[in-house]
Amino acid sequence: MSTGWAGTERAAGSCLAANDWICGEYIRSRSQELTEATVQHVWITVASVLIGVAVAFPLALLARARPRFAGPVLGLTTLLYTIPSLAMFSLLLPFFGLSAALVVTGLVLYSLTILVRNIMAGLEAVPAEAREAARGMGYGPARLLWEVELPLALPALMAGIRIATVSTIALTTVGALVGKGGLGNLIDDGVQTTFKAQVLTASVLCVLLAAVADLLLLGVQRLLTPWTRVRTAEVKVR
Amino acid sequence: MSVVSGAWTWLTTGANWSGEGGAWHRLGEHVYVSGVALVLACAIALPVALWLGHIGKGGALAVNISNAGRAVPVFAVLALFMLTPLRSAGYVPTIIALVLFAVPPLLTNAYVGMREVDRAVVEAARGMGMSGGQVFLRVELPLAYPLLMTGLRSAAVQVVATATIASMVGQGGLGRIITAGFNTYNTPQVVAGALLAALLALVVEGLLVAADRLLSPLRRTVPSSG
Repeated sequence: MSTGWAGTERAAGSCLAANDWICGEYIRSRSQELTEATVQHVWITVASVLIGVAVAFPLALLARARPRFAGPVLGLTTLLYTIPSLAMFSLLLPFFGLSAALVVTGLVLYSLTILVRNIMAGLEAVPAEAREAARGMGYGPARLLWEVELPLALPALMAGIRIATVSTIALTTVGALVGKGGLGNLIDDGVQTTFKAQVLTASVLCVLLAAVADLLLLGVQRLLTPWTRVRTAEVKVR
Repeated sequence: MSVVSGAWTWLTTGANWSGEGGAWHRLGEHVYVSGVALVLACAIALPVALWLGHIGKGGALAVNISNAGRAVPVFAVLALFMLTPLRSAGYVPTIIALVLFAVPPLLTNAYVGMREVDRAVVEAARGMGMSGGQVFLRVELPLAYPLLMTGLRSAAVQVVATATIASMVGQGGLGRIITAGFNTYNTPQVVAGALLAALLALVVEGLLVAADRLLSPLRRTVPSSG
């Protein structure tokens, strides 16, 4: 028994020594490091997307209420999206220093493009009859927005949030430039020390994180818009 | 303010532009790898997308490739390549990574462009006796052109941005000015490099917008009718 255990231990340890791509011993021995990096990755992503939505929403409303702002708002967010991520983070360096705030700010600026577009598209797609009916029932502008337009725009808004979240998870890795890249830090460290297991594990975790986030948001969308589910179910029955 | 003037000083110092690690050399590397990758990506993605769009199959493929392209971090792919024997193959790992990330926008937009061509127009063209090839060249392709160019623009922007990240794994390009600045705690140099990279991306985008307007197949018919 004891020789067998020692044998597996040696085999497990040797995958680190041999610098294998897949190494269970790496995941076991560095689980704390991996968890910390994943936690940092998640909170940077969540903060960026939440702030992104909070900024994009008023921008989209402004562009809708004052059509002459629509062009500049869309143009500016598209312009921001054109700037390479590494350059964006570097341009923010004088303002934020080597901090997570730098990475979050950069990611927020990127998420604006997709979020503003989707919120505007969602609000534009609200049927005029629904709006008229609500006005006829005496809804004021705020209540109209909150109780009629927003729920109807929700599928487009959620689609935007899903795309923004998945892209943000991928882009967070570039934050390794300032040491605040979540799993990107492990990739950065691994590439400099040619540590294959670390680079592959962190990369796979990034993709898994994006897939899980996408599915979770899809679930949230289903929960928030039960009427769309009923409609598709009816179509299937027919 | 001192950073801005520092960056300006860096940019206007001739010594920073010349030599092996100079800005001109880095710009040349950046344009070279981006250009090669974009041409290769077009050669791979466009025939597949246009063919699938023409026969009306493979919609799920186009959408899934686009989603996967978004979820995979550029930095991770570049890092993985640098741990394979490719690392000693010069610009090859960067170019392969750039191609991988340029294919999804090209493929998806070209496919969607082809599928969004009004079916009634295609039917009418067939009714006029056009062959499959004629319908493709004279009806579907001109009508799919706007989305084709959108795909080319997002692919080009993606490629220029990805080429910058290549510097984080020790590859060439304008990003190297940025990473070298980080290594020596030289913030003005970081900002100067970032300005150059951002400017290049904006110039590429601007050139493609201009090319789009000049080459649009629908544009030519407007003056003749008016």
